[in-house]
Parts: sequence; structure tokens; C-alpha cells
Amino acid sequence: MAEAQASRPPVVVVGGGIAGASAAETLRREGFDGRIVVVGDERALPYERPPLSKEFLLGAIPEAKVFLRAAEEYGAQDIELRTGTRATRLDVAQRRVELAGGESIAYDRLLLATGSEPVRLHVPGADLPGIRYLRTLDDARALAAEIASARASGGRVVVVGAGFIGAEVAADCRMLGLDVTLIEALPVPMLRALGAEMGGVFAELHRAHGVDLRLGEGVAAFRGAGRVEEVVTTSGARLGCAFAVVGVGVRPATEWLRDAGLTLENGVVVDCFCATTAPGVFAAGDVARWPYMMADATEPEMVRLEHWDNALRQAEVAARNMLGQQTPFAPTPYFWSDQYDWKAQYVGYARTWERVVVRGRPEDGAFIAFYLTGGRICAALAVNHVRELVPLKKLIGAALDPARLADAGEDLRGLSRQR
Amino acid sequence: MAVVTVGNEDDVQEGQPFRVEVEGTPIAIFLAQGELYAIGDTCTHEEFSLADGEMVDDYTVECALHGARFDIRTGRALSLPATGTAGSYPVWVEDGVIKVEVEE
Ligand SMILES: Cc1cc2nc3c(=O)[nH]c(=O)nc-3n(C[C@H](O)[C@H](O)[C@H](O)COP(=O)(O)OP(=O)(O)OC[C@H]3O[C@@H](n4cnc5c(N)ncnc54)[C@H](O)[C@@H]3O)c2cc1C
Ligand code: FES
Repeated sequence: MAEAQASRPPVVVVGGGIAGASAAETLRREGFDGRIVVVGDERALPYERPPLSKEFLLGAIPEAKVFLRAAEEYGAQDIELRTGTRATRLDVAQRRVELAGGESIAYDRLLLATGSEPVRLHVPGADLPGIRYLRTLDDARALAAEIASARASGGRVVVVGAGFIGAEVAADCRMLGLDVTLIEALPVPMLRALGAEMGGVFAELHRAHGVDLRLGEGVAAFRGAGRVEEVVTTSGARLGCAFAVVGVGVRPATEWLRDAGLTLENGVVVDCFCATTAPGVFAAGDVARWPYMMADATEPEMVRLEHWDNALRQAEVAARNMLGQQTPFAPTPYFWSDQYDWKAQYVGYARTWERVVVRGRPEDGAFIAFYLTGGRICAALAVNHVRELVPLKKLIGAALDPARLADAGEDLRGLSRQR
Repeated sequence: MAVVTVGNEDDVQEGQPFRVEVEGTPIAIFLAQGELYAIGDTCTHEEFSLADGEMVDDYTVECALHGARFDIRTGRALSLPATGTAGSYPVWVEDGVIKVEVEE
């Protein structure tokens, strides 16, 4: 290693989630031979969050399976992993990150990958024991223990919020035999991501599996003597429960950056190269807000995505650009969700659309919904069509006759080649 | 060692891998820059067919489930969440048919 390189401050990554881990590994794979320090506040080694609300809660995989790698595999890549270490402040002028406990570390380049954290409810009783959130492995362990004791005593769970996490937890609890009430303030589950029509399809799915789904209902209070026993809804219903789970969204973990001088607007704002306005400082994953450009579109749209694939890929691009490349981050967004025997996969991005074209019948448990704007496919939701994800991805941005999209006799691979 | 015929030369096209099963082992066959490559078809992250994945450049296939990438020349994992190698197999064309060699 060159002398100059050795004396240069390290590349520092703050956040030990998938974005942080993937960035560190990409730096090495791209041939960077200086120091890499990953600072993460969780005590656990980097792990995968998606299984926490799926296989892990269902007890279908041992806990060891959620970790990305064994500790020594980071050492083997010469990646210094500082778990249990919280970054408390960023000084972009001095190029230093302050850590809890008073230490500070200098960086040559810095990646912000602090992800997101659950929004907490602030209604009366919200601090009672037995009210659970699900973001971390610790959360998942605690929730698994609640589920186990409720199964033993035959209790009910109230799940607050039918976004992806709430809907997945509700499905897990039903599959494990618990009585489940799922309450959601909006008119259908997953409304923001999927829209009224497809959200409605998921409402039916949960009802068909025996969930007591209450839409247009919020939480007014939690009650209980020393522990939650009852959820009081905004319409005044009193729902007894053994425990409650709250999944009402996440917000970017940017609190520690508030006086850093970066542009913060519901996330750390970056350009298409994942760069912030501060020299040498990049951001990726759940914490970043970036310009998304749909295939064949003319105008980018600023988005912040809370998905695995986005964190993984954006971190790789950020890492390359930290080494001096100029690779734009131009993905076709993708996420998945498992609920009961439905494997849902969503490609593209759409917050508004003009119409939804459905191929196949939701009643049959396998279908694809295309979200169209201006005659173009801006997003697609596929349920139980896992083998067709790649052709589906290629259709994003394409202008195709809706009648052909709806025709299950038309081969998707053939259509995707025509665009 | 067993040498097995898995298809015709024109069964595989650039950018469109196909899956075969040889002696109980699923194998994905790729054509890139005129050369054939064969790697284990099962993603080493969870279980998914790499032949259903996306070619993101000439020599890289991306698993369609959670995005792990593999080098089709070696089977090596190139990105998280996969860490193990998918393995690779000798593959060639003989008299217009594709042959793969596997251990018995
Ligand atoms: C239960 C669950 C299920 C999910 N399921 C799916 C799914 O099925 N499909 C999908 O696409 N996505 C899913 N997601 C979303 C996906 O997991 C996230 O998009 C992804 O984890 C984002 O990665 P990240 O590295 O950007 O952030 P994170 O995974 O949030 O990692 C950030 C890390 O930084 C740490 N940190 C925060 N602040 C600091 C600080 N100041 N100092 C040091 N460290 C800090 C955090 O504690 C955390 O460990 C799920 C999420 C959860 C919680
Ligand atoms: S199964 Fe291939 S990335 Fe998960």
C-alpha cells in the first residue's frame, strides 16, 4: 500500500444495515485498499430485515440465518466493523464524525446509511409494556416471545397499521393460529403503495384468512394495568388484546445530522450520483432522497424508497462513486412482500396513475396489475408470478396496448422484447 | 465424471439463460460474447433459479428475488445477500449439441 494512502483517513460508513454492508464490500471488490470503517449502533452483526416479519417470526428459519456474514468474514475483507457505536454528529468542514462516548473519527469519504426508524404513536397508554414495533432483530425477538405466550394462552393480537409490516405481521399471527384484529386509518391496506383497487384485493385476502380487518379506524388510546390489555379505537371500539403491534410507517434516521448543513427534506437529499452537497459525503438506502427517472421519462422525480433492493443497489453505486467513478443510480425500483401464500412483487414506482389494468384474476391467487399513466406502464404488481419478474421489469416505461397487457394469453417475455 | 447432452446449440441465446437438470443438479446455461458458460442454477442466498434472473451485463446475472449477483464464468457471488459460490461446470458444443460435465 502506498505511504500516502496509508496515512489518509479511512472511508467511513455510518449505518450497518444492508446499505452500509454492501457499500463496504463494494469498495473492496472495486479494488480500494485503504481503511474502511463501518460504524453501526446496533450490537448485532449486519443482518437482513425482510425475514424478520416473515420466516423469522413464523419460526421457519433459525435466527443465525438472518445474518449477512460471520464476523470473521468482515475481517477477511479488511472491513473494520464497529457495532454498538452510535454516530451523534457530523462536521463536514473538519470531515469528522462524532461518536457517542466522545470519540470522533476523521473520514476521507463518508457514506450516510443510517436507514429509517419506526414512527412511534403518542396516544395515551402508548408506553405500556406489550406494545411492540418491528424494525430490529431485538424487536423481532421480543415480538416472537409475545406471539409464543399469546399462542399458549389463546390471546388476540391487535395490529395497528396495515402497511407492509403490519400486514405481514398480521398474516404471520394468523398462520400461527392467533386471533388477529388489524386496524388501519386509511380506507384499504397499503393504500399509498398499491392504490385503492389493489389495496382492496389485499383487504379481501386478509378477511379470507380470518383477520378482523377494521378500516378507517385509528388508535385513540391503549389501556391496561401495568401492561396493554385493550386498544381503544377512534370510533370508540374497545379491543381486548394479549399484545399489540404498531406499524405506522418509518422516517429517515437523520436526527443526528440536523446541524450538519446537509440538505434534509424527508431524508438526505442526494444527486443521481448519490452525492450530498458536502464534499466527499454520500448517502444511500432508506435514508436517502434521490432523483428517480422512469425509463423513457423526461423529468426526474425526487423519491425516498424504503426497500431492500434500493438500499443494496444504491449503496453499490455510491461506493463506486466514492472511488471517483461517475455512475448514475438509475434503477427500476423493486420490492416484495410475503403474506400467507401470496408472494407479491412490485416493480417501478408510481404515486399516482390514471388506470390499473389487471391480468389474471385475484380470486385465483395469481395476477399482475399494471399501473398506467399517459399510456405508459409506470409500475406493476405481480402476485405469485415470481418467474416473470425480469420481463416485467423490462416493461416499466413501455407504452403498450392495455388490451394486450390484460390478455393472459400474451407472453410477457414476448411483450417485453417488443418495447 | 459424466458428460451429458443438455440441448441444442440454438436453445440458448445471448442474455437469455436456460435451466437444465443434470444428474439431479439444476444448472443454468448462458451464452455471452459467443461463449457458453454453465453455473449452478440455485441462488446461494435462499433458493431461486438464476436462469430466471436478469443479465445486468455480459457476465453478470442478478437473482430476481433479492438481488444477489453472480459471475457466470465462475459461479462466484459478486454481491450480497449471497456469499457462497453457485459453482461452475465445463460446457461446450459438440456436433451442434450442448454438453455439460458434472461429477457423478
Ligand atoms: C421487518 C421488516 C421487513 C421488511 N421487509 C421487506 C421486504 O419484504 N422487501 C423489501 O424490499 N424491503 C423490506 N423491508 C425494508 C428493508 O429492510 C429496508 O429498506 C432496508 O433494511 C434498508 O436498508 P438500510 O441499510 O438503508 O437501512 P437499515 O436497514 O435501517 O440500516 C441502518 C442501520 O443504521 C443504524 N443507525 C441509525 N442511526 C445511526 C447512527 N446515528 N449511528 C450509527 N448507526 C445508526 C440503524 O440502527 C441500522 O442498523 C423490511 C423492513 C423491515 C423492518
Ligand atoms: S434467493 Fe437469490 S438473492 Fe435471495
